[in-house]
Amino acid sequence: MPELTYREALNEALLEEMERDDCVFLMGEEVAEYDGAYKVSKGLLDRFGDLRVVDTPISELGFAGLSVGAAMVGLRPVVEFMTFNFSVLALDQVLHSAAKMLYMSGGQFNIPMVFRGPTGAALQLAAQHSQALESWYAHAPGIKVVAPGTPADAKGLLKSAIRDDDPVVVMEGELLYNIRGEVPEGEHLVPLGLADLKREGDDVSIITHGKMVHLALQAAGRLQREGVEAEVLDLRSLRPLDVEAVLASVRKTNRAIYLEEGWPYAGIGAQLVATIQEEAFDHLDAPVLRVTQADVPMPYAKNLEQLAKPNVERVVDACRRVLYRD
Amino acid sequence: MESGMAQANMSGIPEHQNDPFDDPLKGFSEEELLGFLRQMLLFRRFEEKAEEGYAIGKIGGFCHLHIGQEGSAAGCIGPLRPDDYLVTAYREHTQALAKGVGPKQVMAELYGRASGSSSGKGGSMHIFGVDQAFMGGHGIVGGQVPLATGMGWAIKYRGEDRVAMCFMGEAAVNQGAFHESLNMAAIWQLPVIFVVENNEYGMGTAFRRVSATKVEERSAAYHIPASVVNGQEVLETFRHFEELVKEVREGGGPRFVEVRTYRFRGHSMSDPVSGTYRSKNEVSEQTEKNDPIKILRDRLFEADVLSQEALEVMDQEVRALVSEAAEFADAAPLPDPSELYTNVYSQINEHGRLFFDGRDR
Repeated sequence: MPELTYREALNEALLEEMERDDCVFLMGEEVAEYDGAYKVSKGLLDRFGDLRVVDTPISELGFAGLSVGAAMVGLRPVVEFMTFNFSVLALDQVLHSAAKMLYMSGGQFNIPMVFRGPTGAALQLAAQHSQALESWYAHAPGIKVVAPGTPADAKGLLKSAIRDDDPVVVMEGELLYNIRGEVPEGEHLVPLGLADLKREGDDVSIITHGKMVHLALQAAGRLQREGVEAEVLDLRSLRPLDVEAVLASVRKTNRAIYLEEGWPYAGIGAQLVATIQEEAFDHLDAPVLRVTQADVPMPYAKNLEQLAKPNVERVVDACRRVLYRD
Repeated sequence: MESGMAQANMSGIPEHQNDPFDDPLKGFSEEELLGFLRQMLLFRRFEEKAEEGYAIGKIGGFCHLHIGQEGSAAGCIGPLRPDDYLVTAYREHTQALAKGVGPKQVMAELYGRASGSSSGKGGSMHIFGVDQAFMGGHGIVGGQVPLATGMGWAIKYRGEDRVAMCFMGEAAVNQGAFHESLNMAAIWQLPVIFVVENNEYGMGTAFRRVSATKVEERSAAYHIPASVVNGQEVLETFRHFEELVKEVREGGGPRFVEVRTYRFRGHSMSDPVSGTYRSKNEVSEQTEKNDPIKILRDRLFEADVLSQEALEVMDQEVRALVSEAAEFADAAPLPDPSELYTNVYSQINEHGRLFFDGRDR
């Protein structure tokens, strides 16, 4: 199996889907002549021309809405947000148009499209460029949300998202674009709504998504040295959500934490805690804890930023607490 | 008046369409003239019936009537082909009718019934008609403008000869979505006609109080040719749009039109007709002198195309149609409770949970 970067895996997914289906086009800031701010669309302009790989003005609301309009009449747009921080400018069109068109038209207009780009913090980008907004999108019925953490999942989920008949928000990770991993060639589809057990363990479940998968695996390595076998469940898809996989893991380990980059209040972890206590209460031997970003805007100073972000130590500590080992 | 006025004007400085020396009826057959009158009368009676339905509690929520603006619905939409896209805001009942959605289906939607154009899920603000290329009533001011631009994009993408027409009220030209859309329509030369129905008031705020420049100047920054037409003169409006649609269909790029009109009712059924923002006198003067139906009626009387008796017959006919629509709506079933969860997603994925309120457990 060839080893690709996360960036190359996304590029391969776009290229394959655009070759397969003429209705698929890519639109966003810097996606064409500049090859994408993070080079995800490298080479696609030469391959497909400027009607299918389209540089836009810096008008997130406008080009997101334009793409929803194109999807209403049967095209399958892929909108790239340079980062999901900027997607907030387009939220009106995602929330009011894409998410609701099918419902308020009584089933007449579905919106087969993708909104994609990086979510979460990178390094010292400060308050406006470091947000993880997964829960904003997962909150609204009508939208589907995926967050791949590995190159193979990035390719497989983006391909499935492009083929899905509903609006799918694909949240990538800025610090993931350079990571390498094995990626199946050609027709590699990861279905929406299917979690992936990235590590098996009997003692505690670390449930997470996106970039945090790697932090969870590091924490599991540390815990192993203490004699604790942690299970790492990567949700991959936040809506639809693989509740069965979550419950199966909790039933096995009886202890769980949720790890995410976003803020705690009404975050993805809050939903997971609710679901676990509603549906697996009797299997729990400890409260479900969460490791999240500190409940503050992201600071710039390196030391403060490190304090604000989830880290291995905090994940290990949370696992110890649900194991009553501290 | 011969049209063709808009295409030479690439500066974006608008041209006005009034030419007092021309015979407004010229070029229309009697059948066409009576057709316009009948259509506007249907729109008026339909909205009056909706008003009645609202008053007796059959219609709920927000309900924005188009009374006074019928000339715009008939004149702008008339020249469109059935497969041309029409996208609009929430004052859209008559626009849906003009595009071919049936009065029964629109009324049943207002009544929140399963037989409604959106199966009762949309209501007054969200009428859709996929078969009529009526692409919706949208409820966020200006939100429909990018959508129309996207339909224009799809037309260009597929190399079709359709056009996309986008209605908005004048207040929408102060939204960012409007400006972003006009810019993109201009750089990509998309086949979109942006139609601003200027009824002077965004809810209770006069346009001039909140706008640094006039409506007609708003496309100049994007070099989209602009024009102004009197929407209370349906024939003039129709002729103008006939020409515009032709130009855009032939690849002329986007167009921008201010249609001057006036709303005879409050912003919505829950708002007053007049009050602090406009006087009773202003409204009654407009209703008296600037009613698109009366203006055409009087012209047809003068030209002997219409008699008082014929008008009464016509009015009885459209009243019967509208009553039929209301009876149909009233007799139509409510949506089945099982419909609560349909149409949220068009594809229920094989794996995972999509709903989090206990339904899937």
